[in-house]
Amino acid sequence: MLKFILNNEDVGTSLPPGMPLLDFIRYHQQLTGTKTGCNEGDCGACTILAGELQRGKLVYRSFTSCLMPLGNAHGKHIVTIEGINMLPALNPIQQSMVDNAATQCGFCTPGFVMSLAGFCLSTQPPTTENAITAIDGNICRCTGYKSIERAAAGVATLLAQRNQEEPAQFAAEQQILPAYFAGIKERLKRLILFLNGELAPPSGTTPRFMGGGTDLYVQQPEEIQEQPLQFLFNQDILKGITREDNRCVIGAACTVSDLLASPVMQAYFPALGNYISLISSTPIRNMATIAGNFVNASPIGDLTIFFLALEATLELSDGTATRTLPLRQLYKDYKKLDKRPEEYITRCWFELPGASTSFHFEKVSKRTNLDIASVNTAICITMQENLISTVRISAGGVGPIPTLLTDTAAFLEGKAPSGAVIKVACAIAQAEITPISDARGTAVYKRLLLEQLIKAHFITLFPSLKVELLL
Amino acid sequence: MKNIDSNTHVSGTSVYLDDIPLIGGTLFGAVFSSPVAHGVIRELILDDAMLVPGVVRIFTAADIPGQNEIGGIIKDEPLLADHHVHFCGMPVAFVVAHTREAARAAVKKIRVHIDPLPVITDPRDAQARGELIIPPRTFTQGDIDNAWRQCTHIFDGSADINGQEHLYIETQGAYVIPQENNSLRIYSSTQGPTAVQRAVTSVLGQPMHRFEVIVTRLGGGFGGKEDQANTWAALCALAAWLLKKPVKYALHRMEDMAMTGKRHPYAADFKIGLDNDYKIIAYEVSFFQNAGASADLSPAVMARTLFHCTNSYFVPHVKATAWCCRTNLPPNTAFRGFGGPQGMYVIEAAIAKAAHSLHVDAAVIQKKNLIETGQGFPYGQTAKSEALTCWEKAEALYNPDNLRKVVSTYNKEHKLHKKGIAFMPVCFGISFTNTMMNNARSLVHVYSDGSVCISTGAVEMGQGVNTKILQVAAHTLAIAPERIKLNNTSTYTIANTSPSAASATADLNGKATLMACTAILERLKKVAADGLQVTVEDISLVNEQVLVKGTPSSWNWQQLVTSAFRQRVSLSEHAHYATPEIHFDEAKEKGHPFAYHVYGTAILEVTVDCLRGTYTIDTVQVVHDFGNSMNTDIDRGQIEGGIVQGIGWMTMEEVIYDRDGRLRSNALSTYKVPDIYSVPKTIAIDALQTTHDNLAVFRSKAVGEPPLMYGIGAWFALSNAIRAFQPNADIPFSTPITPEKVLMALYSKTTLETNQQHEETVSHLGIDL
Repeated sequence: MLKFILNNEDVGTSLPPGMPLLDFIRYHQQLTGTKTGCNEGDCGACTILAGELQRGKLVYRSFTSCLMPLGNAHGKHIVTIEGINMLPALNPIQQSMVDNAATQCGFCTPGFVMSLAGFCLSTQPPTTENAITAIDGNICRCTGYKSIERAAAGVATLLAQRNQEEPAQFAAEQQILPAYFAGIKERLKRLILFLNGELAPPSGTTPRFMGGGTDLYVQQPEEIQEQPLQFLFNQDILKGITREDNRCVIGAACTVSDLLASPVMQAYFPALGNYISLISSTPIRNMATIAGNFVNASPIGDLTIFFLALEATLELSDGTATRTLPLRQLYKDYKKLDKRPEEYITRCWFELPGASTSFHFEKVSKRTNLDIASVNTAICITMQENLISTVRISAGGVGPIPTLLTDTAAFLEGKAPSGAVIKVACAIAQAEITPISDARGTAVYKRLLLEQLIKAHFITLFPSLKVELLL
Repeated sequence: MKNIDSNTHVSGTSVYLDDIPLIGGTLFGAVFSSPVAHGVIRELILDDAMLVPGVVRIFTAADIPGQNEIGGIIKDEPLLADHHVHFCGMPVAFVVAHTREAARAAVKKIRVHIDPLPVITDPRDAQARGELIIPPRTFTQGDIDNAWRQCTHIFDGSADINGQEHLYIETQGAYVIPQENNSLRIYSSTQGPTAVQRAVTSVLGQPMHRFEVIVTRLGGGFGGKEDQANTWAALCALAAWLLKKPVKYALHRMEDMAMTGKRHPYAADFKIGLDNDYKIIAYEVSFFQNAGASADLSPAVMARTLFHCTNSYFVPHVKATAWCCRTNLPPNTAFRGFGGPQGMYVIEAAIAKAAHSLHVDAAVIQKKNLIETGQGFPYGQTAKSEALTCWEKAEALYNPDNLRKVVSTYNKEHKLHKKGIAFMPVCFGISFTNTMMNNARSLVHVYSDGSVCISTGAVEMGQGVNTKILQVAAHTLAIAPERIKLNNTSTYTIANTSPSAASATADLNGKATLMACTAILERLKKVAADGLQVTVEDISLVNEQVLVKGTPSSWNWQQLVTSAFRQRVSLSEHAHYATPEIHFDEAKEKGHPFAYHVYGTAILEVTVDCLRGTYTIDTVQVVHDFGNSMNTDIDRGQIEGGIVQGIGWMTMEEVIYDRDGRLRSNALSTYKVPDIYSVPKTIAIDALQTTHDNLAVFRSKAVGEPPLMYGIGAWFALSNAIRAFQPNADIPFSTPITPEKVLMALYSKTTLETNQQHEETVSHLGIDL
């Protein structure tokens, strides 16, 4: 039986663990403040918060409940808009929205309020910029966002005095959120002791693996609910980002947000925040796992492109034996993997870039943020003297699988990165790709775009290059 | 005053269609729609679907007791396809089951065999084949044929304007509950309760009085729920009527996007002539409106394209012709601006083309030709113009000369980024162009405890109309806003309503409320005058206090109401307002169709990343003609929201149908609307406050639609930025100007001005759809 705390109540349910949390909230609990907008995590109207204990700390993150399996709520504190209401008074987040006229039709509003509540419950420094990042997954069709920006700035000021206090405690004390938040930590401890185990699929079945659900619920929302599921998202053994010698080892169930928060990653990828801001939105980054991105096998998976250039190696397990596989060998054809159904990824690792190695990631989509790439690409380049000793350029959106431009790399190795050399490299890259026309752009555009993004790699990494030679 | 729904919105306690508590035994519907765009149905196989556990019944055209017809303007739209299908997504069957999941599972089991017929998706193609929904209409002014001789410069060209998905965050839906005596209560997410009532009346063949349509509020409409809400309400009503059970259908996002029409795509050809002094002498334009498979509101939308084909400009010689072209796409429909934006884009394109060819700033041509008071629009109405006032105030406030210098310096200093600016003047007529629709009613009750309840035909969809109506009543009755409640919109309380549309809802329903409140007030004043033994003329009300010749008396609102009630004086009033002065003769295409016009000028600044083709919209600075805004919070919100929606339409929102008429931009992952990072960093709004009288309620001019058209300037600012990088860039007049089109233009070699279409879409999109 699934057990969790829903707002201020302990709930248990025998409903299928594959049911989207949104349906449970709205249609089984009659908590209708959480809205159904797009059913694919792209509008944020269904945003809820999930609180859990991580190394003794109570951590809340915003999730889109339309893509969240009920099973991933197990052992957590799930918070809907009803759970942060202090009616008849408004809480100060809600008051800021009202004061700034940041609600028109109101349908998206609970989602924005929840994302801002998530910001209040996070340890992010209380800046307006961070408050806006918290609502970057929420779409509003009425306001044009300017009033919401003003409201978000108002919310940031609520937290100015917080210092090192645990966010939930602070929010409860300051009456930003209801008082019961102060007791959640203890309640979760007791709940987890009581559960003392994991959610297992029915015995005798071959379960499907479920990570964050962000791709599976977009692609197969109905099918998923009728299958036995093995939940990986909450397994501590699949978490963690650590440095082992000169390698970085990443647990398969780490989320994009975990990646962003990792001190190791931050130390070796100074522009990580910029790259990650181009990848989906805060709630999706909170849910989407690294291994999920790999096995989804999208030709334009952002993290896949990122880690291809880093020559990541995967470890797969079928429950008894493990094997390793370079990420670049995972993809055999469009959505065809070198992976048996009973295998799942346990972790991956890559060599941390040394002093003479640089990395860069580029992505262009119709909308800069919260969109799927038209083309994305990453480069990892090692220089010796002034020559390229090794280089890997990955490219997505230009073929049926995420790919490494090996001919282009072979050409570049041993050469100095001049305008002329880069132009030839771009021409070679054209022969390595087979883009198609689709909703993300015409083939001819994708060809031009990849060329431009390869140039962007070099312009970014080699500031002394004369850009006019490349235009 | 903040929107009166604010507190329930932010606490998640506002009730939308899908939040209405269900009656026991409620059944759930789901539509099976045509998988092909045009063809003859040979066989519809329902057997497998009927076997899905929980399925109650599957309705087809044969089950309709009345007429299989829901068309509003023209009777050309079946509720369910009978023999022919005319677009992908056309409803063919309606499954009703005990659960939502069962209904949707059954839909997937329905099979249909359709003999395909040729598919038309291009309006020019439809026009060439004579596929017209109504005969073409032509607006003329002056003598176009002889005007060209007076022109020193003549330019022609064509434009391709894409549609726009409404993307209200609340999808369409309806919930129908049978009542005693063969009546139905119909909850609908509609902007037009009466339209729903008429559609249900047609389908069930019963009188209108059997159907109460109730709307509490919409989670966004933007025109998309004006006539397109009829289908779901009629389907649920059909099932509820025949099964005698409550039936609900709230559409899944992908169903909504696939089955509903959008803003009309247009193709257009233009020819513009200017004299030596850059005065526009002649303008000839042909519009090919992509109406989709049936009329819906297309003829009316097309009319507004013609009304606004000269935007804010006076052009002495005009010939504008529009064709309403039938294609095999979902019937396109109302969307904020209602055809006006497309008309305006084309003349702005014509001016941009002239400016580029003449090496002159488009703003020079724009400003020289702004319409002045006393000059005529091509449809015969004489302008009371604020066009130049807005423009000059924008120049004074925002210093565009300095901005041009800043941009020019920036462009010299930056190789990889270029800035561009553009002016966008707007002139938009307020009133339904169909004169007969310009009326509304309000029912005001004052209860014996002094509280007030108001019902109107207005539908609240975020535009704040109920707040404005409440303000009208509070002001007129001189009572606290807390005493007043706005009732939901119901066809049993207010009959024969026009939809909430045309920016006119607050004007029409506000004026009716003003009349009703005034009538009650006059009766109350008489009660006070009698009681205080003074004349009615001596009585006034201020802040709930009865004054006699300006001096407070011993009576307050409460006592006044109590006295009136005891004296059997009516405390209720139902008032009817019809906009005066307006008329239009369609035979001559001349008249005075608009109560007034709203003017404004925007200056937009953008930056293009010339390496990647991406861009940012940096600032939008506006002077907007408010008349005298009665609610600055709401009006500012309408302007900011309208601008961003207009920019979205011009930049990233790309509706993609493949050649088979299948929608490929069919979800939020493939159709992108502005997010918080894509909106302008700064939107500055200055109010042009005018003192002249107008027909707006409290002189507060309508604000719903006009600001959207400021967004058109984004296209031209981007085009200017591209030319700063590549002066001879090939930039076809094609919207939206996506990062793809920007990049292709930045690196274009020759000027072709051909409009490039998306190729047929094939199987592997980023996600499986």
